Amino acid sequence: AHTRHIFWISTRRRDPLFVQFATMELPGALPNNAPRTHTTQPILTGTSVLAVKYADGVMMSSDTLASYGGLARFSNIVRLHPVGDNTLIGCTGDLSDFDQVKRHLHDLIVEDFCADDGDKITAPEIYSYLSRLLYNKRSKMNPYWTSLIVGGVSNGKTFLGIVDKLGMNFEEDFLTTGYGSHLALPILRNKWKPDMTEAEAKALLDECMRVLFYRDCRTINKITTGKITGAGPASVSAPYSVTTEWDLESFKKSKSSGDSAGSW
Amino acid sequence: MAVTYGEGVDSGVIVGADSRTSTGSYVANRVSDKLTPVHDSIYCCRSGSTADTQAVADYVRHFLAQHAITLDSKPQVKTAAYLFQKLVYNNKDRMSASIICAGWDPVNGGSVYCVPLGGACVQQDFAIGGSGSTYIYGLMDASYRVGMSKAECIDFVKKTISHAMARDGSSGGVIRLAAIDKTGVERFFVGGNDLPFTPQ
Repeated sequence: AHTRHIFWISTRRRDPLFVQFATMELPGALPNNAPRTHTTQPILTGTSVLAVKYADGVMMSSDTLASYGGLARFSNIVRLHPVGDNTLIGCTGDLSDFDQVKRHLHDLIVEDFCADDGDKITAPEIYSYLSRLLYNKRSKMNPYWTSLIVGGVSNGKTFLGIVDKLGMNFEEDFLTTGYGSHLALPILRNKWKPDMTEAEAKALLDECMRVLFYRDCRTINKITTGKITGAGPASVSAPYSVTTEWDLESFKKSKSSGDSAGSW
Repeated sequence: MAVTYGEGVDSGVIVGADSRTSTGSYVANRVSDKLTPVHDSIYCCRSGSTADTQAVADYVRHFLAQHAITLDSKPQVKTAAYLFQKLVYNNKDRMSASIICAGWDPVNGGSVYCVPLGGACVQQDFAIGGSGSTYIYGLMDASYRVGMSKAECIDFVKKTISHAMARDGSSGGVIRLAAIDKTGVERFFVGGNDLPFTPQ
Protein backbone atom coordinates (compact mmCIF):
# COMPACT_ATOMS: atom_id res chain seq x y z
CA ALA A 1 0.00 0.00 0.00
CA HIS A 2 0.92 3.62 -0.24
CA THR A 3 3.45 4.48 2.42
CA ARG A 4 4.07 8.04 3.35
CA HIS A 5 7.73 9.01 3.74
CA ILE A 6 8.57 12.28 5.41
CA PHE A 7 12.13 13.45 4.88
CA TRP A 8 13.19 16.44 6.82
CA ILE A 9 15.71 16.97 9.55
CA SER A 10 13.87 16.76 12.78
CA THR A 11 14.95 16.45 16.32
CA ARG A 12 12.03 14.06 16.67
CA ARG A 13 13.04 11.74 13.87
CA ARG A 14 14.11 8.95 16.10
CA ASP A 15 11.07 9.29 18.33
CA PRO A 16 9.20 6.01 17.75
CA LEU A 17 5.76 7.66 17.63
CA PHE A 18 6.93 10.15 15.04
CA VAL A 19 8.52 7.44 12.92
CA GLN A 20 5.29 5.47 13.08
CA PHE A 21 3.30 8.46 11.88
CA ALA A 22 5.81 9.34 9.19
CA THR A 23 5.87 5.90 7.67
CA MET A 24 2.33 4.66 8.21
CA GLU A 25 0.21 3.22 5.48
CA LEU A 26 -2.67 5.38 4.28
CA PRO A 27 -5.84 3.33 4.56
CA GLY A 28 -7.55 2.53 1.31
CA ALA A 29 -4.62 3.68 -0.80
CA LEU A 30 -3.24 1.78 -3.78
CA PRO A 31 0.35 0.45 -3.69
CA ASN A 32 3.15 2.95 -4.33
CA ASN A 33 4.08 1.19 -7.54
CA ALA A 34 0.54 0.97 -9.00
CA PRO A 35 -0.25 3.10 -12.06
CA ARG A 36 -1.82 6.40 -11.17
CA THR A 37 -5.34 6.49 -12.52
CA HIS A 38 -7.65 9.41 -12.87
CA THR A 39 -10.92 8.92 -14.68
CA THR A 40 -12.03 5.43 -13.60
CA GLN A 41 -15.76 5.96 -13.76
CA PRO A 42 -17.87 8.63 -15.40
CA ILE A 43 -19.57 10.95 -12.89
CA LEU A 44 -21.53 13.70 -14.59
CA THR A 45 -22.70 12.23 -17.88
CA GLY A 46 -24.53 12.99 -21.08
CA THR A 47 -26.43 10.33 -22.98
CA SER A 48 -26.83 9.64 -26.72
CA VAL A 49 -25.78 11.80 -29.63
CA LEU A 50 -27.13 11.10 -33.12
CA ALA A 51 -25.74 12.39 -36.39
CA VAL A 52 -26.66 11.99 -40.06
CA LYS A 53 -25.22 13.19 -43.33
CA TYR A 54 -27.78 15.04 -45.41
CA ALA A 55 -27.83 17.13 -48.60
CA ASP A 56 -26.19 20.25 -47.16
CA GLY A 57 -23.84 18.59 -44.68
CA VAL A 58 -24.20 16.98 -41.27
CA MET A 59 -27.03 17.27 -38.77
CA MET A 60 -26.52 16.24 -35.13
CA SER A 61 -28.92 15.89 -32.23
CA SER A 62 -28.69 15.39 -28.48
CA ASP A 63 -30.67 16.21 -25.37
CA THR A 64 -29.63 18.83 -22.83
CA LEU A 65 -29.39 16.69 -19.71
CA ALA A 66 -26.37 16.09 -17.48
CA SER A 67 -27.04 13.08 -15.25
CA TYR A 68 -25.32 12.51 -11.94
CA GLY A 69 -25.90 8.76 -11.80
CA GLY A 70 -29.67 8.48 -11.57
CA LEU A 71 -30.19 12.14 -10.75
CA ALA A 72 -31.17 14.45 -13.58
CA ARG A 73 -28.85 17.13 -12.31
CA PHE A 74 -28.49 19.86 -14.91
CA SER A 75 -31.09 20.23 -17.62
CA ASN A 76 -29.62 22.97 -19.80
CA ILE A 77 -26.30 21.51 -20.95
CA VAL A 78 -25.50 21.74 -24.64
CA ARG A 79 -23.46 18.73 -25.72
CA LEU A 80 -23.00 19.86 -29.32
CA HIS A 81 -19.97 22.08 -29.80
CA PRO A 82 -18.83 23.97 -32.89
CA VAL A 83 -15.07 23.80 -33.44
CA GLY A 84 -13.57 26.44 -35.70
CA ASP A 85 -15.53 27.24 -38.83
CA ASN A 86 -15.83 23.82 -40.37
CA THR A 87 -16.64 21.32 -37.64
CA LEU A 88 -19.32 20.30 -35.15
CA ILE A 89 -18.69 17.76 -32.41
CA GLY A 90 -21.13 16.01 -30.09
CA CYS A 91 -20.19 14.29 -26.84
CA THR A 92 -21.58 11.36 -24.88
CA GLY A 93 -20.11 10.35 -21.52
CA ASP A 94 -18.27 12.18 -18.80
CA LEU A 95 -18.76 15.94 -19.14
CA SER A 96 -15.64 16.94 -17.23
CA ASP A 97 -13.64 14.99 -19.80
CA PHE A 98 -15.61 16.75 -22.53
CA ASP A 99 -14.49 20.07 -21.01
CA GLN A 100 -10.88 18.88 -21.26
CA VAL A 101 -11.36 17.84 -24.88
CA LYS A 102 -12.84 21.26 -25.64
CA ARG A 103 -9.75 22.90 -24.15
CA HIS A 104 -7.44 20.77 -26.32
CA LEU A 105 -9.49 21.67 -29.40
CA HIS A 106 -9.39 25.36 -28.52
CA ASP A 107 -5.60 25.15 -28.40
CA LEU A 108 -5.69 23.59 -31.88
CA ILE A 109 -7.82 26.44 -33.18
CA VAL A 110 -5.51 29.06 -31.71
CA GLU A 111 -2.49 27.31 -33.22
CA ASP A 112 -4.28 27.17 -36.56
CA PHE A 113 -5.05 30.88 -36.35
CA CYS A 114 -1.43 31.72 -35.56
CA ALA A 115 -0.19 29.65 -38.48
CA ASP A 116 -2.04 32.16 -40.65
CA ASP A 117 -1.57 30.11 -43.77
CA GLY A 118 -4.91 30.77 -45.43
CA ASP A 119 -6.32 27.36 -44.49
CA LYS A 120 -8.71 26.70 -41.65
CA ILE A 121 -8.61 23.38 -39.81
CA THR A 122 -11.19 20.87 -41.10
CA ALA A 123 -13.34 18.10 -39.66
CA PRO A 124 -11.17 15.15 -40.81
CA GLU A 125 -8.19 16.81 -39.10
CA ILE A 126 -10.12 17.34 -35.87
CA TYR A 127 -11.27 13.71 -36.07
CA SER A 128 -7.74 12.45 -36.57
CA TYR A 129 -6.44 14.58 -33.70
CA LEU A 130 -9.18 13.36 -31.36
CA SER A 131 -8.58 9.72 -32.23
CA ARG A 132 -4.89 10.10 -31.38
CA LEU A 133 -5.68 12.06 -28.23
CA LEU A 134 -8.19 9.52 -26.92
CA TYR A 135 -6.04 6.52 -27.87
CA ASN A 136 -3.07 8.05 -26.11
CA LYS A 137 -5.07 8.63 -22.94
CA ARG A 138 -6.45 5.08 -23.10
CA SER A 139 -2.95 3.69 -23.46
CA LYS A 140 -1.96 5.45 -20.25
CA MET A 141 -4.94 3.88 -18.49
CA ASN A 142 -6.46 7.31 -17.97
CA PRO A 143 -9.12 7.69 -20.65
CA TYR A 144 -11.32 10.59 -21.57
CA TRP A 145 -14.54 8.71 -20.86
CA THR A 146 -16.37 10.05 -23.87
CA SER A 147 -17.67 9.11 -27.29
CA LEU A 148 -17.24 11.98 -29.70
CA ILE A 149 -19.01 12.38 -33.03
CA VAL A 150 -17.23 14.70 -35.44
CA GLY A 151 -18.98 16.17 -38.46
CA GLY A 152 -18.16 18.83 -41.00
CA VAL A 153 -17.96 19.97 -44.60
CA SER A 154 -14.77 21.05 -46.33
CA ASN A 155 -13.68 21.25 -49.93
CA GLY A 156 -17.18 20.26 -50.91
CA LYS A 157 -16.97 16.94 -49.08
CA THR A 158 -19.09 15.99 -46.10
CA PHE A 159 -17.34 14.20 -43.26
CA LEU A 160 -18.82 12.28 -40.35
CA GLY A 161 -16.80 10.14 -37.91
CA ILE A 162 -16.80 8.84 -34.36
CA VAL A 163 -14.08 8.35 -31.74
CA ASP A 164 -14.61 6.57 -28.45
CA LYS A 165 -12.75 6.35 -25.13
CA LEU A 166 -10.65 3.43 -26.37
CA GLY A 167 -9.52 5.37 -29.40
CA MET A 168 -11.72 3.27 -31.71
CA ASN A 169 -12.69 5.40 -34.69
CA PHE A 170 -14.51 5.08 -37.98
CA GLU A 171 -16.50 7.10 -40.50
CA GLU A 172 -20.08 6.53 -41.62
CA ASP A 173 -23.13 8.16 -43.19
CA PHE A 174 -24.98 8.15 -39.85
CA LEU A 175 -23.68 7.60 -36.34
CA THR A 176 -25.01 7.10 -32.85
CA THR A 177 -23.57 6.83 -29.34
CA GLY A 178 -24.80 5.32 -26.10
CA TYR A 179 -28.41 4.13 -26.03
CA GLY A 180 -28.79 5.60 -29.48
CA SER A 181 -26.77 2.71 -30.83
CA HIS A 182 -29.35 0.28 -29.47
CA LEU A 183 -32.54 2.18 -30.11
CA ALA A 184 -31.91 4.75 -32.84
CA LEU A 185 -29.41 3.00 -35.09
CA PRO A 186 -31.93 0.40 -36.34
CA ILE A 187 -34.31 3.23 -37.24
CA LEU A 188 -31.55 5.11 -39.07
CA ARG A 189 -30.48 1.97 -40.90
CA ASN A 190 -34.04 1.62 -42.18
CA LYS A 191 -34.88 5.21 -42.92
CA TRP A 192 -31.69 7.09 -43.76
CA LYS A 193 -31.14 7.85 -47.38
CA PRO A 194 -28.47 9.96 -49.09
CA ASP A 195 -29.13 13.66 -49.81
CA MET A 196 -32.13 14.16 -47.54
CA THR A 197 -33.39 17.71 -47.22
CA GLU A 198 -32.87 19.57 -43.97
CA ALA A 199 -36.52 19.01 -43.00
CA GLU A 200 -36.31 15.27 -43.71
CA ALA A 201 -33.09 14.93 -41.72
CA LYS A 202 -34.57 16.81 -38.76
CA ALA A 203 -37.75 14.72 -38.86
CA LEU A 204 -35.69 11.54 -38.86
CA LEU A 205 -33.55 12.67 -35.93
CA ASP A 206 -36.59 13.87 -33.99
CA GLU A 207 -38.24 10.48 -34.48
CA CYS A 208 -35.14 8.81 -33.04
CA MET A 209 -34.94 11.28 -30.15
CA ARG A 210 -38.60 10.57 -29.31
CA VAL A 211 -37.85 6.84 -29.01
CA LEU A 212 -34.83 7.64 -26.84
CA PHE A 213 -36.92 9.88 -24.57
CA TYR A 214 -39.43 7.04 -24.17
CA ARG A 215 -36.91 4.30 -23.52
CA ASP A 216 -33.70 5.76 -22.06
CA CYS A 217 -33.92 6.58 -18.34
CA ARG A 218 -31.20 9.19 -18.61
CA THR A 219 -32.95 11.61 -20.97
CA ILE A 220 -35.28 14.56 -20.82
CA ASN A 221 -37.54 15.96 -23.51
CA LYS A 222 -35.34 18.93 -24.24
CA ILE A 223 -33.26 18.60 -27.39
CA THR A 224 -30.79 20.63 -29.36
CA THR A 225 -30.07 20.00 -33.01
CA GLY A 226 -26.95 21.32 -34.70
CA LYS A 227 -26.03 21.48 -38.31
CA ILE A 228 -22.80 22.08 -40.14
CA THR A 229 -22.81 22.93 -43.82
CA GLY A 230 -20.21 24.36 -46.16
CA ALA A 231 -21.57 27.83 -45.47
CA GLY A 232 -19.87 29.04 -42.30
CA PRO A 233 -19.56 27.81 -38.72
CA ALA A 234 -21.91 25.25 -37.22
CA SER A 235 -25.14 26.45 -35.69
CA VAL A 236 -26.82 24.78 -32.74
CA SER A 237 -30.53 25.32 -32.24
CA ALA A 238 -32.17 26.54 -29.06
CA PRO A 239 -33.60 23.70 -26.95
CA TYR A 240 -36.99 22.36 -28.05
CA SER A 241 -39.23 19.39 -27.24
CA VAL A 242 -40.45 16.56 -29.41
CA THR A 243 -44.11 15.56 -29.33
CA THR A 244 -44.86 12.46 -27.29
CA GLU A 245 -47.89 10.24 -27.10
CA TRP A 246 -49.26 8.99 -23.78
CA ASP A 247 -53.00 8.72 -24.24
CA LEU A 248 -53.58 5.47 -26.06
CA GLU A 249 -56.52 3.63 -24.51
CA SER A 250 -54.35 0.69 -23.53
CA PHE A 251 -52.02 3.09 -21.72
CA LYS A 252 -54.75 4.86 -19.79
CA LYS A 253 -56.56 1.74 -18.72
CA SER A 254 -55.82 0.61 -15.19
CA LYS A 255 -53.91 -2.64 -15.44
CA SER A 256 -55.02 -4.20 -12.22
CA SER A 257 -58.29 -6.06 -12.45
CA GLY A 258 -59.88 -9.24 -11.22
CA ASP A 259 -57.50 -12.11 -11.05
CA SER A 260 -54.04 -10.73 -10.88
CA ALA A 261 -52.07 -7.79 -9.61
CA GLY A 262 -51.46 -7.48 -13.29
CA SER A 263 -50.06 -4.00 -12.95
CA TRP A 264 -47.58 -4.39 -15.70
CA MET B 1 -47.12 8.00 -2.64
CA ALA B 2 -50.28 8.09 -0.57
CA VAL B 3 -51.94 10.97 1.26
CA THR B 4 -54.90 11.02 3.64
CA TYR B 5 -57.51 13.76 3.63
CA GLY B 6 -60.70 14.56 5.50
CA GLU B 7 -62.00 13.53 8.92
CA GLY B 8 -63.40 10.33 10.40
CA VAL B 9 -65.62 8.24 8.18
CA ASP B 10 -65.61 10.97 5.52
CA SER B 11 -61.89 10.73 5.21
CA GLY B 12 -60.17 9.07 2.32
CA VAL B 13 -56.80 8.61 0.68
CA ILE B 14 -55.24 9.60 -2.59
CA VAL B 15 -52.68 7.14 -3.93
CA GLY B 16 -50.45 8.12 -6.81
CA ALA B 17 -47.44 6.83 -8.72
CA ASP B 18 -45.41 7.38 -11.87
CA SER B 19 -45.41 4.77 -14.63
CA ARG B 20 -41.79 3.92 -15.34
CA THR B 21 -40.41 0.40 -14.91
CA SER B 22 -36.70 0.31 -15.65
CA THR B 23 -34.10 -2.43 -16.13
CA GLY B 24 -30.90 -0.59 -15.45
CA SER B 25 -31.22 2.51 -17.58
CA TYR B 26 -33.61 0.97 -20.12
CA VAL B 27 -37.30 1.80 -19.74
CA ALA B 28 -38.94 -1.60 -19.83
CA ASN B 29 -42.44 -0.18 -19.49
CA ARG B 30 -43.22 3.53 -19.82
CA VAL B 31 -46.90 3.17 -18.86
CA SER B 32 -46.87 0.72 -15.96
CA ASP B 33 -49.58 0.70 -13.31
CA LYS B 34 -47.96 0.67 -9.88
CA LEU B 35 -51.25 1.12 -8.03
CA THR B 36 -52.59 -2.31 -7.24
CA PRO B 37 -55.85 -3.10 -5.48
CA VAL B 38 -55.67 -5.76 -2.78
CA HIS B 39 -59.33 -5.31 -1.94
CA ASP B 40 -62.27 -3.15 -3.06
CA SER B 41 -61.12 -0.08 -1.16
CA ILE B 42 -57.54 -0.95 -0.29
CA TYR B 43 -54.69 -0.23 -2.68
CA CYS B 44 -50.96 -0.61 -2.51
CA CYS B 45 -48.22 1.45 -4.15
CA ARG B 46 -45.43 -0.85 -5.20
CA SER B 47 -41.74 0.04 -5.43
CA GLY B 48 -38.55 -1.99 -5.56
CA SER B 49 -38.38 -5.22 -7.52
CA THR B 50 -41.48 -5.57 -9.72
CA ALA B 51 -41.43 -9.36 -9.46
CA ASP B 52 -41.27 -9.29 -5.66
CA THR B 53 -43.97 -6.66 -5.22
CA GLN B 54 -46.34 -8.32 -7.67
CA ALA B 55 -45.92 -11.65 -5.89
CA VAL B 56 -46.45 -10.09 -2.46
CA ALA B 57 -49.50 -8.14 -3.61
CA ASP B 58 -50.99 -11.30 -5.10
CA TYR B 59 -50.53 -13.13 -1.79
CA VAL B 60 -52.06 -10.27 0.20
CA ARG B 61 -55.03 -10.07 -2.15
CA HIS B 62 -55.57 -13.80 -1.75
CA PHE B 63 -55.45 -13.70 2.05
CA LEU B 64 -57.54 -10.53 2.30
CA ALA B 65 -60.25 -12.03 0.13
CA GLN B 66 -60.57 -15.00 2.46
CA HIS B 67 -60.40 -12.77 5.51
CA ALA B 68 -63.18 -10.56 4.18
CA ILE B 69 -65.43 -13.60 3.83
CA THR B 70 -64.85 -14.79 7.38
CA LEU B 71 -65.17 -11.22 8.68
CA ASP B 72 -68.29 -10.62 6.58
CA SER B 73 -67.33 -7.00 6.04
CA LYS B 74 -64.67 -4.84 4.44
CA PRO B 75 -61.26 -5.66 5.97
CA GLN B 76 -59.38 -2.89 7.70
CA VAL B 77 -56.45 -1.21 5.95
CA LYS B 78 -54.29 -1.98 8.96
CA THR B 79 -54.98 -5.69 8.43
CA ALA B 80 -53.78 -5.47 4.85
CA ALA B 81 -50.73 -3.56 6.02
CA TYR B 82 -50.06 -6.23 8.63
CA LEU B 83 -50.21 -8.92 5.94
CA PHE B 84 -47.72 -6.96 3.85
CA GLN B 85 -45.53 -6.58 6.89
CA LYS B 86 -45.52 -10.31 7.64
CA LEU B 87 -44.51 -11.19 4.09
CA VAL B 88 -41.84 -8.53 3.71
CA TYR B 89 -40.37 -9.08 7.18
CA ASN B 90 -40.16 -12.86 6.98
CA ASN B 91 -38.54 -12.71 3.56
CA LYS B 92 -36.42 -9.64 4.12
CA ASP B 93 -33.19 -11.28 3.02
CA ARG B 94 -34.75 -12.64 -0.17
CA MET B 95 -36.71 -9.69 -1.43
CA SER B 96 -36.51 -6.08 -2.40
CA ALA B 97 -40.02 -4.78 -1.84
CA SER B 98 -41.09 -1.44 -0.44
CA ILE B 99 -44.84 -0.97 -0.24
CA ILE B 100 -47.30 1.70 0.78
CA CYS B 101 -50.67 0.27 1.76
CA ALA B 102 -53.51 2.78 1.73
CA GLY B 103 -57.28 2.74 1.56
CA TRP B 104 -60.58 3.23 3.29
CA ASP B 105 -62.41 1.03 5.76
CA PRO B 106 -65.63 1.60 7.78
CA VAL B 107 -63.82 1.39 11.13
CA ASN B 108 -60.97 3.87 10.66
CA GLY B 109 -61.83 5.84 7.52
CA GLY B 110 -58.88 6.61 5.29
CA SER B 111 -55.42 5.49 6.41
CA VAL B 112 -51.90 5.06 5.04
CA TYR B 113 -49.33 2.52 6.16
CA CYS B 114 -45.74 2.36 4.98
CA VAL B 115 -43.97 -1.05 4.80
CA PRO B 116 -40.41 -0.33 3.72
CA LEU B 117 -37.59 -2.76 2.85
CA GLY B 118 -36.98 -4.34 6.26
CA GLY B 119 -40.63 -5.08 6.98
CA ALA B 120 -41.49 -2.44 9.54
CA CYS B 121 -45.01 -1.04 9.42
CA VAL B 122 -45.52 2.61 10.15
CA GLN B 123 -48.83 4.48 9.94
CA GLN B 124 -48.52 8.01 8.59
CA ASP B 125 -50.70 10.87 7.33
CA PHE B 126 -48.79 10.69 4.09
CA ALA B 127 -46.11 8.37 2.76
CA ILE B 128 -43.68 8.45 -0.14
CA GLY B 129 -41.52 5.67 -1.50
CA GLY B 130 -39.42 4.58 -4.43
CA SER B 131 -36.19 5.97 -5.82
CA GLY B 132 -37.75 9.29 -6.85
CA SER B 133 -39.04 9.92 -3.34
CA THR B 134 -35.62 11.07 -2.13
CA TYR B 135 -35.98 14.19 -4.27
CA ILE B 136 -39.30 15.24 -2.79
CA TYR B 137 -38.83 14.81 0.96
CA GLY B 138 -38.05 18.49 1.24
CA LEU B 139 -41.00 19.49 -0.93
CA MET B 140 -43.34 17.30 1.10
CA ASP B 141 -42.06 18.59 4.42
CA ALA B 142 -42.45 22.15 3.24
CA SER B 143 -45.85 21.92 1.61
CA TYR B 144 -47.91 19.14 3.22
CA ARG B 145 -50.72 20.43 5.42
CA VAL B 146 -53.05 18.38 7.58
CA GLY B 147 -56.71 18.86 6.62
CA MET B 148 -56.39 19.43 2.88
CA SER B 149 -59.54 18.82 0.87
CA LYS B 150 -59.77 15.98 -1.63
CA ALA B 151 -59.20 18.30 -4.58
CA GLU B 152 -56.20 19.93 -2.90
CA CYS B 153 -54.75 16.50 -2.14
CA ILE B 154 -55.10 15.41 -5.74
CA ASP B 155 -53.26 18.50 -6.96
CA PHE B 156 -50.67 18.04 -4.25
CA VAL B 157 -49.97 14.43 -5.25
CA LYS B 158 -49.78 15.35 -8.97
CA LYS B 159 -47.36 18.17 -8.25
CA THR B 160 -45.01 16.24 -5.98
CA ILE B 161 -44.86 13.19 -8.24
CA SER B 162 -44.07 15.51 -11.18
CA HIS B 163 -41.15 16.94 -9.25
CA ALA B 164 -39.80 13.48 -8.50
CA MET B 165 -40.18 12.49 -12.15
CA ALA B 166 -38.30 15.59 -13.25
CA ARG B 167 -35.21 14.71 -11.23
CA ASP B 168 -35.12 10.92 -10.91
CA GLY B 169 -33.94 8.97 -13.97
CA SER B 170 -35.86 5.89 -12.80
CA SER B 171 -39.16 7.79 -12.64
CA GLY B 172 -41.17 9.10 -15.54
CA GLY B 173 -44.00 8.56 -17.95
CA VAL B 174 -47.52 9.35 -16.78
CA ILE B 175 -49.04 9.88 -13.34
CA ARG B 176 -51.68 7.45 -12.17
CA LEU B 177 -53.89 8.38 -9.22
CA ALA B 178 -56.67 6.73 -7.30
CA ALA B 179 -58.99 8.46 -4.83
CA ILE B 180 -60.38 6.02 -2.28
CA ASP B 181 -63.19 6.88 0.14
CA LYS B 182 -66.50 5.52 1.37
CA THR B 183 -68.02 5.83 -2.10
CA GLY B 184 -65.35 3.60 -3.64
CA VAL B 185 -62.39 4.14 -5.94
CA GLU B 186 -62.01 6.77 -8.64
CA ARG B 187 -59.01 6.52 -10.95
CA PHE B 188 -57.26 9.40 -12.67
CA PHE B 189 -54.69 9.65 -15.40
CA VAL B 190 -52.29 12.50 -16.12
CA GLY B 191 -50.57 12.02 -19.48
CA GLY B 192 -46.91 12.76 -20.07
CA ASN B 193 -47.76 16.00 -21.86
CA ASP B 194 -49.95 17.32 -19.03
CA LEU B 195 -47.54 17.05 -16.12
CA PRO B 196 -47.69 20.02 -13.73
CA PHE B 197 -43.89 20.24 -13.66
CA THR B 198 -41.19 19.21 -16.12
CA PRO B 199 -37.40 19.72 -16.17
CA GLN B 200 -36.59 23.39 -16.68
